[in-house]
Amino acid sequence: MKILLPLFTVIALVVIAFVGVQANLHALFGIVIPYAAVLIFMFGFIFKVLKWGRSPVPFRIPTTAGQMKSFAPWIKQNKLDNPSSRLGVFGRMLLEVFLFRSLFRNTKTQLYPGTKLTYGSEKFLWLGGLAFHWSFLIIFVRHFRFFMQTVPYPIQLAEHLDSFLQIGAPLLYITDVVLVGAVTFLFLRRVFMPQIKYISLPADYFPLFLILGIATTGIMMRYFTKVPVVRVKELVMGLVSFQPVIPEGIGSIFYIHLFLVSTLLAYFPLSKLMHMGGVFLSPTRNMANNSREVRHINPWNYPVHVHTYDQYEDDFREKMKKAGLPVEKE
Amino acid sequence: MAKGPTPEELSNIDYTPPPKEWMDVPTVFKPGTFCWGAKGKNLQILEFPNARDWTPVEEDWKLPENWQEILLEGMKERLGKYRSFQLFMDICVRCGACADKCHFFVGGGDPKNMPVLRAELLRSVYRKHFTTAGKMLGKVAGARELTLDVLKEWWYYFFQCTECRRCSLFCPYGIDQAEITMMGRELLNLIGLNTDWISGPVANCYMKGNHLGLEPHTIVSNIEYMLDDIETITGIKINPSFNRKGAEILFVTPSGDLFADPGTYTCMGYLMLFHELGLDYTWSTYASEGGNFGFFTSNEMAKRLNSKIYAEAKRLGVKYIIGGECGHMWRVIHQYMDTWNGPADFLEVPVSPITGTRFDTAKSLKMIHIAEFTADLINHGKLKLDPSRNDDLVVTYHDSCNTSRGMGLLEEPRYIIKNVCNHFHEMPENTIREQTFCCGSGTGLNAGENMELRMRGGFPRANAVKYVKEKHGVNMLANICAIDRATLSAAVDYWVPGVRVTGVHELVANALIMKGEKKRETNLRGEPLPGKEGN
Repeated sequence: MKILLPLFTVIALVVIAFVGVQANLHALFGIVIPYAAVLIFMFGFIFKVLKWGRSPVPFRIPTTAGQMKSFAPWIKQNKLDNPSSRLGVFGRMLLEVFLFRSLFRNTKTQLYPGTKLTYGSEKFLWLGGLAFHWSFLIIFVRHFRFFMQTVPYPIQLAEHLDSFLQIGAPLLYITDVVLVGAVTFLFLRRVFMPQIKYISLPADYFPLFLILGIATTGIMMRYFTKVPVVRVKELVMGLVSFQPVIPEGIGSIFYIHLFLVSTLLAYFPLSKLMHMGGVFLSPTRNMANNSREVRHINPWNYPVHVHTYDQYEDDFREKMKKAGLPVEKE
Repeated sequence: MAKGPTPEELSNIDYTPPPKEWMDVPTVFKPGTFCWGAKGKNLQILEFPNARDWTPVEEDWKLPENWQEILLEGMKERLGKYRSFQLFMDICVRCGACADKCHFFVGGGDPKNMPVLRAELLRSVYRKHFTTAGKMLGKVAGARELTLDVLKEWWYYFFQCTECRRCSLFCPYGIDQAEITMMGRELLNLIGLNTDWISGPVANCYMKGNHLGLEPHTIVSNIEYMLDDIETITGIKINPSFNRKGAEILFVTPSGDLFADPGTYTCMGYLMLFHELGLDYTWSTYASEGGNFGFFTSNEMAKRLNSKIYAEAKRLGVKYIIGGECGHMWRVIHQYMDTWNGPADFLEVPVSPITGTRFDTAKSLKMIHIAEFTADLINHGKLKLDPSRNDDLVVTYHDSCNTSRGMGLLEEPRYIIKNVCNHFHEMPENTIREQTFCCGSGTGLNAGENMELRMRGGFPRANAVKYVKEKHGVNMLANICAIDRATLSAAVDYWVPGVRVTGVHELVANALIMKGEKKRETNLRGEPLPGKEGN
């Protein structure tokens, strides 16, 4: 149920787009829905980040993952895993966002008979995650050739490097293979690792199927059914220049691809995919460990009811005097 | 553990999740895995809501009629006050990296002790009441109602987390289960659902100044008892001061150090070190607690207890504060105290009167850790040490969760140990420093009635100790935490008999050559020094 429901949802999305195009609703799937999806994505994303930003960070709570800045110069600070300065935090965030530093630490705990626990290095999740995110990013960047009249050099370079294996015609993009492989891996570990399966929700499978659908339709268009690229670009350029057009003869697979991408965009701000924005705001990662050096201010700090020394002395004055302790009031 | 499973039985752990979905698995209150409910009289002292006696295993928890409303309102308030809470409710992708990082999961196999799932217990209710998808789609979106069963599940599992933050180290977004547990416990406290083992010490600390409820004259007499022992061992009579105005330094340590061994040996270590230095310092009977069980209750309660330290420093007119060996005490002091109760503009930047070292890293807080203070002394050659007095010990070092992942005090204590002991071996690298494992009994879980849970939680730590015991013959587990000194003693007795537990300053005092001391025959525990056996 947890797996089938999202799977059928994605299949249903494919069918909806297919039927829609057959019913001549090109303008709906080629113009209206993409525009709506982009709007939902942009406003949803901004709304969510603002919502997070509205909640203050009352305490300085970095997870310190190495030696702190010590009073003593002869004790070496781990400046990236336990930063005390803005620069250090910047470095920590770079490592976290681009290289998944924390996930790189991942270990696998195993219990052997005779009560022996081991913690082996477990880099597959890190590797799979990295492969997925980076290939997705490069594919996203490559798509900018459809969004610009002249293709800028960095995008050409990305395409060039991505196809350096020089296999097939059109040339095979490495990231296409890596993306499908990585998404499949991320899906399979949810199915075959009992603990991961146990914690997985439909909301964990849905984006995987959706992205797999997007990748599959994209790959089919590039390598197999061969959509008319010039007309696709015409449609996309129409969208980005706010003069939308529906060129003839693009074929329904493109509209399915576009509809799945639109779904992903619209779904994004409502879902766990917002970790993309969230990681930047995470207080355990983006704060310097300098709370003894610089006072951190809590905007809602309020006075509390305390038991004062005077009350304490009133409770124990006789006993204190007997024990020879100094008192304020005799 | 007097009765209950043997280590062999307990280490036979099944990690297979049950066939049923976790939302459909009812919570069973298994004896030995939970603490008694808070007593009404303690909650009353603290002015907490719904103060009454109650029992977790009974059907009726004597809740206020509108408890759901109170909790949901409380959640809403906290989502608006803590970005961590709001963010950590929204961004988890359930990758599972945290799953096998929790000592309770490793030692118990209960899937709801995977940090991700423990967080989902709360997240599922968050989705139902605070997200559109959850409101519309319900269970499909991982959302569920806040029922009485859910409440009991919260209580059971939020008191099976020691806020050690090991999960947060591995989380790609830094989601910290400690934050979620803290919020969960705050919510539970809104309807009077604390444990006796936490609310009792909190009430004690509030009224009497320390968790153990030691009254002023008892503190003095406990320390005098130690002074007698010190005199017997060293021939030196020490005369510390209490509540003395005009002292240069206020010393605050967890009250556990005043009460039971092996903590008392650590305390003797402080007394001997400060005497040898001729330090102008004072103890306080009012601020006689470094630890803070309020932190396991609510942010407000923690602040109420913590306020005494600065208040007392101000009253006595000291220049700065030194804090003793304690774990969660230092998370609270390092990351919270200045924000809550600062600015301490009536104090001065700590400067060691012996070495002249200025502790600029604590220039706002004005409180330093005794490990920093002592490491600095050793580095300046200000202590005469004879590490061979510790030669019967093969020592390993346990990093406290809080000083490692909530501070980063890793090298200072190691530097001290290496200077006062000749035989030191590290445990495997995935179990120390920032990856250290909890003792299994932190955050007020160090009660007696939940011993099975504690032993399960202590299993990964004890297992690493066992490894170095077998490999290097380790027989002493050093640490800088009062709770560790109590709880690890129980854990190693259970899992690795033959290993004992010590504070770092006990080792220091054993090695410390004091001016005018008699020839030492025994260590602080009254056991013959190496080479003196049979004398």
